[in-house]
Amino acid sequence: MSDSKAIFLKDATVNAADGDQRAFIRKALGGYYVNRDLQKARYRDWERARDAASLAKWSAVNDLANVLEKFTANFERNGGVVHWARDAAEARAIILKIAKDADAKAIVKSKCMTSEEIHLNEALEKAGYGVVESDLGEFIQQLRGEAPYHFVFPCMHVKREAISELFTKHLGTAPTDSPEELTMIARRHLRQLYVDADIGITGANFLVAETGQISITENEGNARLTAALPRIHIALSGIEKVVSHLDDLSVLLPMLATAGAGQPMTCYNTLYSGPRKKGECDGPEEFHLVLLDNARTRLLADPEQRDALHCIRCGACLNVCPIFKNIGGLAYGTTYQGPIGSVITPHLRGLKQWNHLSGASSLCGACTDACPVRIDLHHHLLHNRRNAAKESPTLFDRVFHHGFNFVIKRPWLFATGGRIFRATLPLLQKLPLPYMGAWMKTRDLPKAPASSFRDQWKNDHA
Amino acid sequence: MRISLFVPCFVDQLTPQVGLATAKVLKRLGHEVDFRSAQTCCGQPSFNSGQWDVAREAAIRALGVFRGADVVVGPSGSCVAMMRNFYPELLKGTPHAAEADDLASRTFEFSEFLVKKLGVTDVGAKFAKKVTYHDGCHALRELRLKEEPRQLLRAVKGLELIESEEGETCCGFGGLFSAKFPMISTAMVQVKGGALARTGADYVVSSDPSCLLQIGGWLSREGKPILPLHIAEVLANDA
Amino acid sequence: MPDARSDIFARIREALKVKAPKPHLKGEPAAGKTSAVAKPWLPEGGETADASLSILAEQLAKLKAVLIRVPDHAAAAKAVADLSSSKGWKKVAYHGHPLTRPIAAALTCETWEADASFDKQKLEGCDAGLTTCEAIVAQLGAILVSSASSGGRALSILPHVHVVVAEASQVVPDLGSSLALVQARHGKDMPSMLSFITGPSRTGDIERILVLGAHGPKELYLVLVG
Repeated sequence: MSDSKAIFLKDATVNAADGDQRAFIRKALGGYYVNRDLQKARYRDWERARDAASLAKWSAVNDLANVLEKFTANFERNGGVVHWARDAAEARAIILKIAKDADAKAIVKSKCMTSEEIHLNEALEKAGYGVVESDLGEFIQQLRGEAPYHFVFPCMHVKREAISELFTKHLGTAPTDSPEELTMIARRHLRQLYVDADIGITGANFLVAETGQISITENEGNARLTAALPRIHIALSGIEKVVSHLDDLSVLLPMLATAGAGQPMTCYNTLYSGPRKKGECDGPEEFHLVLLDNARTRLLADPEQRDALHCIRCGACLNVCPIFKNIGGLAYGTTYQGPIGSVITPHLRGLKQWNHLSGASSLCGACTDACPVRIDLHHHLLHNRRNAAKESPTLFDRVFHHGFNFVIKRPWLFATGGRIFRATLPLLQKLPLPYMGAWMKTRDLPKAPASSFRDQWKNDHA
Repeated sequence: MRISLFVPCFVDQLTPQVGLATAKVLKRLGHEVDFRSAQTCCGQPSFNSGQWDVAREAAIRALGVFRGADVVVGPSGSCVAMMRNFYPELLKGTPHAAEADDLASRTFEFSEFLVKKLGVTDVGAKFAKKVTYHDGCHALRELRLKEEPRQLLRAVKGLELIESEEGETCCGFGGLFSAKFPMISTAMVQVKGGALARTGADYVVSSDPSCLLQIGGWLSREGKPILPLHIAEVLANDA
Repeated sequence: MPDARSDIFARIREALKVKAPKPHLKGEPAAGKTSAVAKPWLPEGGETADASLSILAEQLAKLKAVLIRVPDHAAAAKAVADLSSSKGWKKVAYHGHPLTRPIAAALTCETWEADASFDKQKLEGCDAGLTTCEAIVAQLGAILVSSASSGGRALSILPHVHVVVAEASQVVPDLGSSLALVQARHGKDMPSMLSFITGPSRTGDIERILVLGAHGPKELYLVLVG
């Protein structure tokens, strides 16, 4: 068993047994479902809108080389600097060099999952820079020393009492149980940090090839401030975030907000085309964009699952996933949690170590229905399982399934086996058998009938 | 119409009454029903476990079993989805592809067959009980069946249909998933089973016997006063 | 060793040698601009100016943004002055523009044309920022500001209150129209920042409970003239 699987099983077991925490997560998501449905109802045809969003991403991803070339040419024409990183280490090195060249001291960051993917904060801190996460949820997680629980709602699992204690401990503020007051504490604390920071680091939700702009989606305004006040703006993005036309955002921006957060649009959707232009009064002097591969091209090379690169990181698949809701985001042990994480992590970090996430699904398909860009999520979990069985088959699985197949190929053996199974079921239930023992721990099996359907049918139709 | 029954392997062995009820309803509507005893398991457990070579063998067997059948009707959204959606995927690019597509086009889930193919919603059933309906995920999302079973239940004399919270939430069965990840599967059925029990219904009805195994197994263990029942059993009841 | 850029492009070209099927669609959308194709599926933005205005009013109310409709510029100045005195603003920063200057001039508190002598520390101390905008999107209740129309990047985000003054004719039905409009207006010379503002700043990060004024303005006013 891989280490990551052992840790997963341990954490999932603990979390799945925590009824209070699970109820807290369900309650937290309750308002989201109501708002999402209200917003979806404003669409005259949500399903067809999904088609349009899906095609916008499909056409860019399937022409990635050309679209990226066009994007970078336009981005550079606008005065930005493009950096390319094959992997996490290269991306970290690029950003560290920019910081060193700028003689930076303080860095303020807005939410960027790609930076979590490359463990940027640790690298910056190790090099001596002060780094502050400015998104409220990320700020709280940074103080907690914990990875985000959900890639859109980073601290949704933390109760207000714990946040109050955290702020008292780190910021010396008086305890409060008001989410509003807690938010204002963070607001007051962070304001001067934006003003003082030398470098602002953001992610990017979309890269627009036609205009060379990057698009950033947020609610709090922290990304706006991060890209407005510091002298240098660094954006970090995966290469798959590119779209062909500015007009594609007319569908993608509202659908991202509706699917992910139940909003018509998030509060701020901002397009940046470069550093401060001549005649503009503020904005950064330098604008750097780090484009990261980090195994995305490996996923691209799999045409069956290439659509996973359509992902716009809205989080809708997590919000509807019964696995996510019952084991929580941290149990995954991945940068990207939930169904999309279970699909892509084996490609990004190794199938053998991460296939268990594809196994840990009832394949209910709620994720696939929720995805605004129509990624075939739950079927990809099946594809990962198939690929893993081919690549590194486990002896137990081979024996079990070939044995089962031996039986079902022979109806007489199946019938006889069934008869024995039914006759011995009361005994079998008491034995510590694999699979059955686990099942019986929390659930009863129906009483075995005296005769099977096939026997009764045969008697009735003799 | 001549209908060939597709009885899931665990229905055959553990809940034969579901298969019998399915046949009873179809016969009552004046159709001829046969059961081809060479059928066993559709291969879904192997398919879901990634053992597609094994599942492919089961699929090819099933093609042979149901060769020549006018229509194949099964009382399980999950097993029908296997035949309808996944056999074609498994056998794509093989010499069996055309036959897999053909079988898929002739295979129906029981409630779907009644409503969409036969155009029947009132099958003359009586059942004076409070009932809540559980959508099996395969029926709901692979076969896109939501209204069909409800139309059938609403036409049953005396039956009161109550919708539950967590209406489209998975029960946590997922085949071998329920045994490989029992802690997650149990947490899921706690959410689902809890919501079903809170409806105050006498029965939880579904078109998927596998979900009923999971939900019924948990309800029984927890001592909840609500019983699992397959929709065919409700529709077969005419007394 | 080849540089990272060439390496990544080589990987991409290699990967794309095998074509991927189109996603499972409900139907094949017609060829054409995404916004034009998707228009009948997206939320309504209004087919007439009046319809758009009424959708806008409804959306802004849901977003907890305040719409103040006034007949003329004098009334706009009075509305902002009333707002300022009722809220007790002490210092208002504004974007230097024919639409905003007369409004700023009518304020009794201290005012400062922020883009004429930008100072971020000074801006941080302002109660409100007064700007114009590029367009207003009825469909979503979104106000499109830019570094050109809104006194740079910070003026519309750093002060605690944001007041936008605009002509009613700046309202466009939907997001697609607003994107087309800025492309037509600025061509290849886009302002370095364009931002759709959809209601006052907010967060739900604590227990998914909505709180306004996370980092950006807690209050958002749209003064619409005409």
